[in-house]
Amino acid sequence: MVKQMKPNLNVKIGNLDLKNPVMVASGTFGYAREFEDFMDLKKLGAIVTKTITLKARQGNLTPRTCETPAGMLNSIGLENPGIDKFIQEKLPFLRKLGIPVIVSIAAEETPNEFAILVKRLDQISEVSAMELNISCPNLQKNKLISQDVKDTLELVSVVRKLTSKCLIAKLSPSVTSITQIALAAQSGGADAVALINTLGGMSIDVHKRTPKLGAWVGGLSGPAIRPIAVKMVWEAYNKIKIPIIGMGGIMDTESALEFFIAGATAISVGTANFINPQTSQEIITGLEQYMLKNNMQNLSALTGRLKACKA
Amino acid sequence: MAQIKVKIISNSRVSGNYRHLEFESGLIAKHAIAGQFVNIKVVDGWEPLLRRPLSIHSVKGQKVKVIYEILGKGTQILSTRKPGEFLDILGPLGNGFNSLSPNTHHLTPILIAGGIGVAPLVFLAEKLKLSKPLVLIGAMSKKQILCLQEFKALGCTVELATDDGSVGFKGRVTDLLRIVLEQTPLETRQKSRSAVTSGNLFLTGQAKRVELFSCGPHPMLKAVAQIAGEHKINAQLSLEEHMACGIGACLGCVVATKSGYKTVCKDGPVFSSEELVW
Repeated sequence: MVKQMKPNLNVKIGNLDLKNPVMVASGTFGYAREFEDFMDLKKLGAIVTKTITLKARQGNLTPRTCETPAGMLNSIGLENPGIDKFIQEKLPFLRKLGIPVIVSIAAEETPNEFAILVKRLDQISEVSAMELNISCPNLQKNKLISQDVKDTLELVSVVRKLTSKCLIAKLSPSVTSITQIALAAQSGGADAVALINTLGGMSIDVHKRTPKLGAWVGGLSGPAIRPIAVKMVWEAYNKIKIPIIGMGGIMDTESALEFFIAGATAISVGTANFINPQTSQEIITGLEQYMLKNNMQNLSALTGRLKACKA
Repeated sequence: MAQIKVKIISNSRVSGNYRHLEFESGLIAKHAIAGQFVNIKVVDGWEPLLRRPLSIHSVKGQKVKVIYEILGKGTQILSTRKPGEFLDILGPLGNGFNSLSPNTHHLTPILIAGGIGVAPLVFLAEKLKLSKPLVLIGAMSKKQILCLQEFKALGCTVELATDDGSVGFKGRVTDLLRIVLEQTPLETRQKSRSAVTSGNLFLTGQAKRVELFSCGPHPMLKAVAQIAGEHKINAQLSLEEHMACGIGACLGCVVATKSGYKTVCKDGPVFSSEELVW
């Protein structure tokens, strides 16, 4: 028997080299320290932080989470200490891990806040990339930036000029055409798109006749949204050239594989971190085993290699 | 804290919809502090999706016990899990009661439990038994009074309060607490044999001060905090909130404190009454 070579899990997102394509999704992993007792953080391909805003945000009223069929709603409302405290208090730990740190950022009032945040983070060498959270459903906005082609193009174009670091646009699934928005992000100069953020959702306590969330509505995540996410990754993959970071209900290796086959270059584990904090680590191992079994040397042999049913 | 597979020793009905679950875990047994909890995955699959956080009720050797009430799908499924089966558990989690403060031995602990809130207080009573805690248990009626014998076996004095008066004081457990505190002046209490409810005697002798420890429904904890404030005594309160992760990552279970929102799962579940904003 010929001894197989260990598969190469490296991927490239813009100018960012990842030793493996498994990341953790913003808002589901805190600032990584919360998970240090449960897994070897250094094994991760990258860490995406909880979204940071210019000023500290205290977030929404409780209850902020509620379980739904095969999923959950959250309306945290981007609680975070603000950029200054993030840099002082959270970044030092992340820095020590020696793995790429992707800082998720959002604007509260005006898109100009993105520019200020990008300029600020551009100066910090330990920040490997920035993820533009233009798709959080918990900011009580009538329209998200990533629900509009023009707004998406404009924002990405503006911040693109401010940094040479890898820029990822995280998009909302609550749109008519994900490909139009993904194309706009690409035209604006994004290095990658992250698909998908949560879907807007609501759940009602019929006994009290009240919403189950303090903020009334929130974002749906978990296995319930996976088929939607896989379809959007597949649709975008067929139309755009930049890499896709796929996410939405990834719970294990098999669900991660769906995203790669649909066209994702990398994936993020989100809600699963709450249930099994070792999910991302298990997927790294599982992915390697799958590649070995299927004689795949590189991830390019997997990404987007979807076949027709009767091929 | 760790993620571990534990073997179920027993999972049986206590009364009504209340059940005991006992499992084996040397690690949790060794590290658990009263007031901490474990986050249990009740199924191997993803429905229900989230873990169920349950307070540690007692630790004996390598055996850890929790009490739960069958309230929804998760606890219903948990009730079907059999001895010998394994459960995926995260724990011990959270910030428990401080039963080791230098003053503790000079204070008489009063434990105030509402409904299923007795669960962590039995574990606490075990830790505080040398201080002879007074335990006040409140429930809707006699049938919902839990753990009475366990407290008694630990040498605690127990007073009961029920909404319907079916046993003990008729009314809220916090009204009972008020009576108890008012009949036992804090600094100068000499002998308080006043029949508070059923004629059981309360604190004997020594001019000790009291410290309150409580777990139960939110309105009850709010009342305990208010009474503690009025009497200028400290209360440690164990809160409950909807949780997703249980480890301080999602920020779903926050509570308002004087220094901003804090997580019930990691900064709590036990908070000092002075710290909380109601």
